[in-house]
Amino acid sequence: MTLRTEPVVVSIGPHHPSTHGVFRMRLTFDGENIIDAEPVIGYLHRGTEKLAEERQYTQVITLTDRLDYVSSMTSNQAFVLSCEKLIGLEVPDRGMYLRVIASELQRIVSHLIGVGFFLQELGGFGGTALMYAFRERERILDLFEMLCGARITVSYSRIGGVFADAPADFWPALRRVLDDMPGYTDELEALVFESEIVQSRTKGVSPIDPVLAVNASLTGPVLRASGVAWDWRKAAPYDVYDRVDFDVPVGANGDNYDRFWVRIQEVRQSLRIVEQCIEQIEPGPVRATDAMLFRPPPGDSYVPTESPKGELGFYLVSDGSIAPYRCHVRAPSFINLSLFKEMLVGWKLADAIVSLGSLDFNMGEVDR
Amino acid sequence: MYGLGVLKGFGVTLKNFVRKPFTVQYPEERSVQHPRFRGQEFVWYEDRCTGCASCAKYCPLGIIRIVTDPDGGHEQEGGDYKVEVFDIDQGRCMYCGLCVEACPYDALHMGSTFEGATTRREDLVITMEVLNERPKHPSTWFRPQLEQQAVDPFGGAPVDSGDAGREAYRWHPKRSEDAPGGAGK
Repeated sequence: MTLRTEPVVVSIGPHHPSTHGVFRMRLTFDGENIIDAEPVIGYLHRGTEKLAEERQYTQVITLTDRLDYVSSMTSNQAFVLSCEKLIGLEVPDRGMYLRVIASELQRIVSHLIGVGFFLQELGGFGGTALMYAFRERERILDLFEMLCGARITVSYSRIGGVFADAPADFWPALRRVLDDMPGYTDELEALVFESEIVQSRTKGVSPIDPVLAVNASLTGPVLRASGVAWDWRKAAPYDVYDRVDFDVPVGANGDNYDRFWVRIQEVRQSLRIVEQCIEQIEPGPVRATDAMLFRPPPGDSYVPTESPKGELGFYLVSDGSIAPYRCHVRAPSFINLSLFKEMLVGWKLADAIVSLGSLDFNMGEVDR
Repeated sequence: MYGLGVLKGFGVTLKNFVRKPFTVQYPEERSVQHPRFRGQEFVWYEDRCTGCASCAKYCPLGIIRIVTDPDGGHEQEGGDYKVEVFDIDQGRCMYCGLCVEACPYDALHMGSTFEGATTRREDLVITMEVLNERPKHPSTWFRPQLEQQAVDPFGGAPVDSGDAGREAYRWHPKRSEDAPGGAGK
């Protein structure tokens, strides 16, 4: 006797512990194997690009905080870089160094959350690694509060630099964090990446072919895990990235394990960058101009930056008025989702959750 | 040896088991905020405000409502304007601080608290009367002069309106000479 079987469509999300924000996966199963996958997005659409058109350039900085809410500093930086190119402003050295220090700390925060959720998504481990990661994140968020009075929605960058110099007690606190971070990174690596259970669950799962990754415009750790050494901080250095020395960690197989491994290696490189910035930074002005209102000449600008998720850039079109005529966000999280189907088809439900987490996308940025 | 990595992981959890807790039991204990903390309870000095509405113009959400009377006989800016209404709708505020950054007379400052829950939406709109009654504990966000005075918004003494401003303001050419901190002093 044969049983009649048919594919089953299962909807995971939009509210599910494994989905990063309000994201819905529409998966078609044959038994436990995925035969079709479709991402359904748009639940968190807030019309950021349209809102930006009716706000002055300085006011849009507050909107960029809310794009990728676990890495606001890099979003701020990407937006003001594009504005500065449009206006033609020269940023003082100290302002650029402070922006890079803040962005690299933000990169550590973002990658800690990405790696922290790794075990959560594998299931069974509970939130141990996540809570360890959050503990370190908390200390960096305290540093942000010293810098700019907020932890998540920072609004630290301004067009022409940063809004103010760091307070005097910031530097010793930063020193303490930098001294402790390598030890914590080792701990996290021992807990997560050396565990045979994790390795057997994630090595070789959902590999992305480097050629396919490049063709799909993947950027950031997802691309580098596939073995393509592409980093905008090296390819087209902005701010002071051409004055610091760092490596671009590259994975070998492009599987789930490599995607997380690349992130934890980038945390170490970010620490290196911050150390060098502290050595090189010199007293001076932090802001080119105190102006809040700008009327850039008509034209357009785009500056690609390396956010923790990938290439983040703001395409701004000016018509000579005080607000952008058009503000397009090249959101890495959104474009990294384009290989969603190729990654998932052929694998099992339990792997789908981890593969999704390995993209480390953020719905605030995907839906905008 | 297979399983060594798992044991190493257990070593890490064991190490953290004996580590001092990092968390704070919130209602009983409170973590320490930095003086630059951008919080609720805006501080507003009526005698410093000229009603220029820079804050209202720079608010990304447009939640500050200002009504001025041109014949108010207010001392500043040539004695023209009197602020009659100064409402901040905190229910929509995102505490970005751009209003504070825009204020040319240092009349508006960020507050320092974060426990502003109310049961009605209307209570979130803070009016001139509420702002005037409040003890003045300004945050040092975007106020380097307060940072130099080492103002502590969490339990320090309230800041007088004469001490809240930048040096440039005390020498404002339009300010009358007998006003506190005026050009004559």
